[in-house]
Amino acid sequence: MGIFDKDKWQEIYGTIKKNKLRTILTALGVFWGVFMLVFLLGMGKGLENGVYRDFGSGARNIMYTWANRTSMPYKGMKPGRRIRMKLDDIEALIAEIPELAEAAPRNFMGSIPVTYKESQENYELRGELTNLKDMVGLMVHQGRYLNQRDIDERRKVVVLGTEVIKLLFGDSTAVGSHVQLRGIDFQVVGVYGPRDIKDWTRDDMESVVIPLTTMDQAFGTNNEIDWLICQPKEGISVAAMEPKVRAVLKKRHKVHPDDKDGIGGFNLEEEFSQVQSLFMGIQLFLWFVGVGTLLAGIIGVSNIMLIIVKERTKEIGIRKAMGATPVSIINMILTESIFITALSGYIGLALGSIIIAGLSYLMVANDINVQKFYNPEVNLGVAVFSLMVLIIAGALAGLAPALHASRINPVEALKDE
Amino acid sequence: MIEIRGIHKYYSTEFNKLNVLKGIDLTINEGEFVSIMGSSGSGKSTLLNIAGILDEYDYGDYFLDGTLIKGMSQTKAALLRNEKIGFVFQSFNLLPFKTAKENVALPLYYQKMPREERQELAMKYLERVGLKEWADHYPNQMSGGQQQRVAIARALISKPKVILADEPTGALDSVTSEEVIDLFKQFNEEGVAFVIVTHEQEIANDTSRCIKVKDGLIEN
Repeated sequence: MGIFDKDKWQEIYGTIKKNKLRTILTALGVFWGVFMLVFLLGMGKGLENGVYRDFGSGARNIMYTWANRTSMPYKGMKPGRRIRMKLDDIEALIAEIPELAEAAPRNFMGSIPVTYKESQENYELRGELTNLKDMVGLMVHQGRYLNQRDIDERRKVVVLGTEVIKLLFGDSTAVGSHVQLRGIDFQVVGVYGPRDIKDWTRDDMESVVIPLTTMDQAFGTNNEIDWLICQPKEGISVAAMEPKVRAVLKKRHKVHPDDKDGIGGFNLEEEFSQVQSLFMGIQLFLWFVGVGTLLAGIIGVSNIMLIIVKERTKEIGIRKAMGATPVSIINMILTESIFITALSGYIGLALGSIIIAGLSYLMVANDINVQKFYNPEVNLGVAVFSLMVLIIAGALAGLAPALHASRINPVEALKDE
Repeated sequence: MIEIRGIHKYYSTEFNKLNVLKGIDLTINEGEFVSIMGSSGSGKSTLLNIAGILDEYDYGDYFLDGTLIKGMSQTKAALLRNEKIGFVFQSFNLLPFKTAKENVALPLYYQKMPREERQELAMKYLERVGLKEWADHYPNQMSGGQQQRVAIARALISKPKVILADEPTGALDSVTSEEVIDLFKQFNEEGVAFVIVTHEQEIANDTSRCIKVKDGLIEN
């Protein structure tokens, strides 16, 4: 009597059909367990996706570094000395730290007047190289961003934030026209903005970007930079690279190696991995709750199956008198149990997935933006795992009742009351 | 066919050991039509259960169709029951959620006979007991007499050597009782042995031999 024996399934179908309420009650516990597991994990995933989205779409394996006032005397210099990083620090870093893949600087010149024809507004002026755009998650709306020739030839080109365009240009096209930055003429080559619009990315919309080299030439910033993003080569952690970056910068700027100030830094990767482990914890907890619910459902099935077997004592006695072997009785109860558990679990899985997918779809379709919640999803691994657990669980749930059934004494079972 | 030699059976309770069968010797030949009588508690039902390999015994020997039935595994007992013995009970013991036809076909399911064949044979036997039109009815849609006839068809469908009937007319009125016994006789003429436990003298009179059990022993 194999699994695919048509006769056995007809027997089971017949039994189930005749005992609908009993079957539904049995199925309910497992259905609910799987549904909760899938639903909880799906919602947990939504929370996770939401928080990860808040990290933005820039690179995550990066560190920021900047210069501060020193706090320790060093080589005859007093503490409190102001340190400024410069463009040539980048070349030095690249040369001395083999782990470092890229370093992207930015220099701020504060708010300066930007003029287009008759209108003038004050905006933050930024000096950059070409490589910062992708690291911090910026996107180009029109035209282009800075390129290497702009840097090398110190071209007077500017990329404007989206809000700048709105206020200064209104409906007319900006790319190709000229604006004056603090009275100096620059050609507009592109329009940019943040990839994800957030409270803290508004600055990106209300600023203008020019090549760092041009900034030095036009405004005399002496190639200074305010901060630098460093990204290690693939496969190397930021933590492995960070001390070296700091050490090189300290050495170049004559900061005491033990000075906690002077050169500052922030490891985004570390921050990110902390959030990651938080979500590992949350997920573990959700699994715990979900599997617990599922387990309760399975124990429920086992209990109900046991009651069912007791209720069916007479039937089993009759079957035995008709020549049913203990194995065939075990087979019957187990298959029933697995069938009911797997089917109801599958329905729970399907419904949970549909609800999660529907929720995700509705949020996208209606453009609903919830803080810290985004794109809930059920991953395939969870689904496959649940189904396998269900089949094993069905077998376990049916085991005790099946063994009980196989031991039923037909003489006792058939005794007339 | 049935060879019982010096069989003892005890029932142990918490407080004492009850000796139900105290050394029974009994032979039933192939194709015989026998009744067993005795007051309740005489051990006649236990005797029937042992003969049907539903129950075990403590001492003695039981040969069924030449096979010694002793300390047998449940599986082997089930297979032997299926092959050699048919049961008819006082309360019919049909499966309530199966139709008459499915009930009759049940023993063949455990012989792993294909479904079509099973159903066909079940129809044949239902026809034999005059219930062809009732094949798709459920037990609760039938009278007691009809249910018992379905049970008889079920007992006979596996072509057993012997039918063990425990008070087969106990729940029936005298007219339907007679019909049941007539059916038994018909099948008996085809060579199937019948052992009928009863306490109705009329039925015992219809059989060719009446075995009287009293206090765990055979009287005659």
